[in-house]
Amino acid sequence: MISEYIKCVTDEGIEECISRVYDRVTKLEPKLHAFITLVDKDTVINNAKQVRSRKLMGLPVAVKDNISTKGIRTTCGSRMLSEYVPVYDATVIERLASKGATILGKTNMDEFAMGSTTETSFFGPSRNPWDLTRVPGGSSGGSGVAIASKMVEIALGSDTGGSIRAPASFNGVYGLKPSYGTVSRYGLVAYANSLEQIGPMARNASDLKILFSIISGFDIKDATTVSFDKKDDVDIKLNGFRIGILKDIMDRSSPEVQNVMSSFIEKLSSEGALIEEVQLGYIDYILPAYYIIAMSEASSNLARFDGVRYGYGRYKEGTWIQTFSANRAEGFGSEVKKRILLGSFILSAGYYDEYYIKALKIRKLVKESVDNILKSHDVILSPTMPILPPKLGDVIDDPLKMYAMDLNTVVANLTGIPAVSVPVGFYQGLPVGAQFMGKYLNDFFLLNLVSEVEKITKMAELTPSI
Amino acid sequence: MVKIGLEVHVHLNTLNTKLFCSCSSNYEDKEPNTNVCPVCLGLPGALPVVNERALTMAVMVATALHMEISHILSFSRKHYFYPDMSKNYQITQYDGPGSTAIAYNGWIEINGKKIRIRRINIEEDPAKSIYPTGSILTSKYTLLDYNRSGIGLLEIVTEPDLENPKEARQFMEVLRSILEHLDVTNFELEGAMRADCNVSVEGGERVEVKNVGSPKDAEAAIAYEIARQNAALRSGVKIRRETRHWDSIRKVTVPLRSKETEEDYRYFPDPDLPPYYIPHETIDKIIKSMPELPESRIDRLIKQYGLDEYQAQVLVYQKQLADFFEEAAKEYKQYKRLANVIINEVQRRLNEREIELKNSKLSTEHLIKVLAMEDNGSISVKTMKDLIPKIIDGIDPEQYVIQNNLLIITDVTALENVINSVISKNIEVVRKAKQDPKVVDFLVGMVMKEVKKRANPKQVYELIQSKLREIS
Ligand SMILES: [Zn+2]
Repeated sequence: MISEYIKCVTDEGIEECISRVYDRVTKLEPKLHAFITLVDKDTVINNAKQVRSRKLMGLPVAVKDNISTKGIRTTCGSRMLSEYVPVYDATVIERLASKGATILGKTNMDEFAMGSTTETSFFGPSRNPWDLTRVPGGSSGGSGVAIASKMVEIALGSDTGGSIRAPASFNGVYGLKPSYGTVSRYGLVAYANSLEQIGPMARNASDLKILFSIISGFDIKDATTVSFDKKDDVDIKLNGFRIGILKDIMDRSSPEVQNVMSSFIEKLSSEGALIEEVQLGYIDYILPAYYIIAMSEASSNLARFDGVRYGYGRYKEGTWIQTFSANRAEGFGSEVKKRILLGSFILSAGYYDEYYIKALKIRKLVKESVDNILKSHDVILSPTMPILPPKLGDVIDDPLKMYAMDLNTVVANLTGIPAVSVPVGFYQGLPVGAQFMGKYLNDFFLLNLVSEVEKITKMAELTPSI
Repeated sequence: MVKIGLEVHVHLNTLNTKLFCSCSSNYEDKEPNTNVCPVCLGLPGALPVVNERALTMAVMVATALHMEISHILSFSRKHYFYPDMSKNYQITQYDGPGSTAIAYNGWIEINGKKIRIRRINIEEDPAKSIYPTGSILTSKYTLLDYNRSGIGLLEIVTEPDLENPKEARQFMEVLRSILEHLDVTNFELEGAMRADCNVSVEGGERVEVKNVGSPKDAEAAIAYEIARQNAALRSGVKIRRETRHWDSIRKVTVPLRSKETEEDYRYFPDPDLPPYYIPHETIDKIIKSMPELPESRIDRLIKQYGLDEYQAQVLVYQKQLADFFEEAAKEYKQYKRLANVIINEVQRRLNEREIELKNSKLSTEHLIKVLAMEDNGSISVKTMKDLIPKIIDGIDPEQYVIQNNLLIITDVTALENVINSVISKNIEVVRKAKQDPKVVDFLVGMVMKEVKKRANPKQVYELIQSKLREIS
């Protein structure tokens, strides 16, 4: 908990508290590989001392490695940016600093956030702290691992199709994919601009809300941000709370996940929540639409990486076409190349209307369906992930199996609404998360719901013994 | 039949900032790669935010070109890999699903003929390529200067309605004048206006000539291209679609790349720049606040100062001349004469020196002094003309004529002395002059030569006549 750190600093001082963090990181990191880059201890202590008077008193935070940090290497989990050191801070980093947070390190992730397991990272996968033979989810896997193993209290992730919620679910922690436009993307290395948001990850509901309050809000540097009312005093009572359960999504989940979900739903009912099964529809079209949009945008966003101004620039001789091609051929991994190729194909003349425009139509239909459900329900509930954390290597070679893991989460990205993953139970020692989706811009409403849910699940501060 | 269409790009260099970031829109005299930021360098994670004054400018231009204005401001990405592109896509406006150019279907009138304008759109400029060891085709390597990267451009695309090089030049001059009157572009800054000229002759395909930097160059490049294409066709060579480069030093076009197929730019709406609905009131407000346009200024000059249409056009199509004229006309009321001197004398001398009026030291005060001296007979027409280059250099004309003895000699005694001396040296001629009035002119010439033309020839003629009468 953030408050533990604050108490530690008040009682024992910054140096002692941060040294303790480093002891834990040094012990666990070789087993878990949560970080791509760790800032050295003295620097962190010095930085923390400088912001001691601010709210967070130098609290060390973990930041996903696709968020631009001035002076700290930002790799996106890719060889392409393996030596790239940004000259500027993302807006969220500025906001964190202004509240007194200190960056401990940059967390591991799937290359350019393309993956759901961290296995596409150029730097190798992270491991699930609950079972080291299993994946921690992705793409913000490193952030999930860093907080689940209590190396840090809070972390930033980014979520394009579930990249915060998947690792939250697989690691037994909390993660919010905010409403589109509530958190500035300035400094987030783009994968799919129209879908993604930076979001908070934490070990309990209260810290999750604190982190979201700090990073959210209109930003003049991001034309897609919106001004919204940050009222967080909405009183939520589970008694009479109207919850719609996505039947068609539940049906596609594994029996283990269904099992844990059923007992969670029973708990909610016993608190007086009104639970009703609802159908989302378009179930076979959601993933294709999502991947068409994501890959199209990715093919455009990743065009800038040619090794000339920054990034992997091993090749300098020959014509510019030869140079660009050689740098891109070696700088990108195979999952990234696959998505660039497919995205370029989709956007090319003759196919644009057939794929991209159709995907936008499906996006609109899904949004209408979700809006419709939310007219008569306070929130929509489903499992966050359809399966338990898979073993390393199990899904990475089967793209369809890997993409299918995103079915439950991409809905919130396609529609722009907020979605949060909360730990609700275990199956044979592996955590299972539930996902609540709320109305657009009702992020604080959702976060307050999470506090209520936490009270009945008693699932906060879960820490595996490693 | 020759068909010419232009794609004119002008810098929105009066925006103060680049189109999508807060770097300056004026990069002249700056060290390479110092007028840059994460956005215009295309650094990972940086996002564009549009300078909304670009919209105001585009709406004004669209109105001046009689266009239909779109009520949505939207941007698309145009993808192509090229070393001068910071993101390997250009943010531009495109007519497709989810996006649109800012205005369509306008025209400019040239010599009573309407040249149709297909569309105008707002876009960003790439970085500038520098070829240290040769030209675009021969240099061993290329240096990139991102100072220009991200500067706002307005692209103006015509229909292929132009029929000859001169018309193309006139079109660009009129367009330039419109943009100057709207204060959209400062044409004194480097690279303010560039054009791609599409030229096709009967029996050949369309050839695009890039890198044309001025109306004058457009005329030359198109003339060269027409001659080249016709010569090729006559010798049986087919003209295929290609892109050529205008070499403004050698005054030739050189092949750049062939265009066998239409390039696929994979346009799609830029997700970082959500479409922005432009309310009618906003557009109305912009139109109401527009400054005077060339068309109405020409009419006004004709009415207010009694100029003829030709004079008014020449002045207005070079806005600086018109501004100078109107400034001088506050003091000097012989308007037609003033216009003539500006058009014929001032402009000629500026052209000789290849400088712009704005960059010269010419003041209306000095020009008015010169004209006044001629009007009251203090100087000759020739002296008046000779004084123009002096006042362009900022020299005070009154002091100059005194220091150089250029004032007309009006003192009768002084002139009679000269006449007496000429007559005494030319007794034979004087005798002939009595019979033949034409010979009197010869004597006038002799006297004028003696006074270095600083006398009034009419006065000299009369004085000689009375002298001749005295002698007989
Ligand atoms: Zn800039």
